[in-house]
Amino acid sequence: MLNDLILGFSVAATPVNLFYCLMGSLFGTLVGVLPGVGPVVTIAVLLPATFALEPTSALIMLAGIYYGAQYGGSTTSILLNLPGETSSVVTCLDGHAMARQGRAGPALAVSALGSFFAGCVATLLIALFSPLLGAIAVRFGPADYFSLMVVGLVGAVVLAQGSLLKAVAMIVLGLLLGLVGTDVNSAVSRFDFGLPELADGINFVVLAMGLFGIGEIIVTLERRKDEEGTVIPHGRVWPSLDDTRRSWKPVLRGTALGSLLGLLPGGGTALASFAAYALEKKLSPTPGRFGKGAIEGVAAPESANNAAAQTSFIPLLTLGLPSNAVMALMVGAMMIHGITPGPQIMTARPDLFWGMIASMWIGNLMLVLLNMPMIGLWVRLLRIPYRLLYPAILLFACIGIYSVSNSAFDVGLAAAFGLLGYILVKAAFEPAPLLLGFILGPLMEENLRRAMTMSRGDAAVFLREPVSLGLLLLALLLLAATLLPAVKRGRREVFVE
Amino acid sequence: MSIRNTSDFVSGLVLVATGAAAILAARDYAMGTAFRMGPGYFPVLLGGLLALLGAAISLRALWIDEGNRMGGVAWRPVLLVLGGVLSFALLLSALGLVLASLLALAVSALATHDVRHWEVPVLSAGLSAFSLVVFVYGLGLPFKIWPV
Repeated sequence: MLNDLILGFSVAATPVNLFYCLMGSLFGTLVGVLPGVGPVVTIAVLLPATFALEPTSALIMLAGIYYGAQYGGSTTSILLNLPGETSSVVTCLDGHAMARQGRAGPALAVSALGSFFAGCVATLLIALFSPLLGAIAVRFGPADYFSLMVVGLVGAVVLAQGSLLKAVAMIVLGLLLGLVGTDVNSAVSRFDFGLPELADGINFVVLAMGLFGIGEIIVTLERRKDEEGTVIPHGRVWPSLDDTRRSWKPVLRGTALGSLLGLLPGGGTALASFAAYALEKKLSPTPGRFGKGAIEGVAAPESANNAAAQTSFIPLLTLGLPSNAVMALMVGAMMIHGITPGPQIMTARPDLFWGMIASMWIGNLMLVLLNMPMIGLWVRLLRIPYRLLYPAILLFACIGIYSVSNSAFDVGLAAAFGLLGYILVKAAFEPAPLLLGFILGPLMEENLRRAMTMSRGDAAVFLREPVSLGLLLLALLLLAATLLPAVKRGRREVFVE
Repeated sequence: MSIRNTSDFVSGLVLVATGAAAILAARDYAMGTAFRMGPGYFPVLLGGLLALLGAAISLRALWIDEGNRMGGVAWRPVLLVLGGVLSFALLLSALGLVLASLLALAVSALATHDVRHWEVPVLSAGLSAFSLVVFVYGLGLPFKIWPV
């Protein structure tokens, strides 16, 4: 592994890759700071800009956007009580309370240092566990893969907010949308409504931009009130001895919990930060301090969301299984650059694999060094009103969608998905499982067909193969767990708090 | 019998219709057998599943109300944001990047309730110039720039 890491650092530390790592981290922090603009939209918008790059540089930059956003999100939560990202919503509670008590500096420092620590641990975890998981995954047969995707989708449903039934329905809808276009096995063009533009299927950038970019803008415009928060000056930055004594354990626990939740399909940064906050409050001898400026309530969720942002790359890089919407976009980005995500990346493209991992550590270092001196700049950027921001996002989205395949039809299709995204939010359906289903649809069908052909049409093959059976049992267990009253209450509470 | 949650009830029905439509559309594709699945097998499976899930959501809405309400539709952002994107899609090939983005920006910038009218032309002109410089000259994306 040491040799691999050295290879990784030699790739990541080239001037070009360092530059893109920095760009990704900066873009990430920027969108983390700005409420209403998230990593999903940013990655989708910047994707066409990466076409000309080396795949390694492109992926290094895109990954930086995701973890960079976790650093940026806390800044506005603490100083303005405006979460830049959903994963920083809980940070508002104690972070902003600390700011009002004149302790914004230590809150910012602890969240940055906690994030950095979590980032280092998570990078190490990826380096340690990916080769192990990858070695197992290369032996997977089609039946195993199909069952693995079932587990992934079930996990996404179980950990999603809101109604289980609705989340499953969204996955199935996504799977169906994934089937649009020419079937590889029979060359039959399916669900194309006679439109030649649909013969190659729906491009995932179009779907992601429509649902998450255009749809989100409409929702934000509808809900937005004129909130002009007052920025609290952050003052002395370094945490006191008492702050440090109080935070180191929450940082450790947040990192552990976040790393675990990032790994799970459907997990991710928002869930990690909420769960870490709830855990600290439960463990604290003085839970009454929470919400009134307890530094533990900043340290734990901020470490957790950054850890989760990074460990969510493990299932992607080793199994080819995206665990959330951002990872689904990364799959798309890899495929555009001609890389099939999965266990073979590690052996076929070790430079890309280890380079990306090493870049995460470098990116985290850049973020922690850059962020503290640049807080003033980020706060000033926040003064850009949303009414000037959203037309820019829309235009860049249009240009980005068009550039993917030089198709104006795709831009129109994205508008339609934007409308769908708005309707889904209005009807209380989560759009994220739809995107996961969409990405996995063709893969699932392919593996289902192959497994069935190999078993001569005997569906029992999924129960005979030990790996497949184990995975299906795991899926069943996950589903059964949601019926337990304790878990049921937990799912609700985590998101209500 | 009364419907507890109209929003969920209707969305369930829409999903049933979508699932049924998927099955109908897939009837032209060969089903094949479980051994050799045709192009119609998986779509029909999914369409049936979606219809079942939709029915379950509708039925549940008869008894259970999770408190979500559809609320009114914010026509202004819906129409103007989508209008902006659609005008870009429709006009790009005829007008070129600069004019199409000017128009798309002018339409979509009106979608918010706190429009300041003098800002719209400035913003539109600035952003189209910016995207011309960055995307066409900088990144070399193949766009038609002007109508001719």
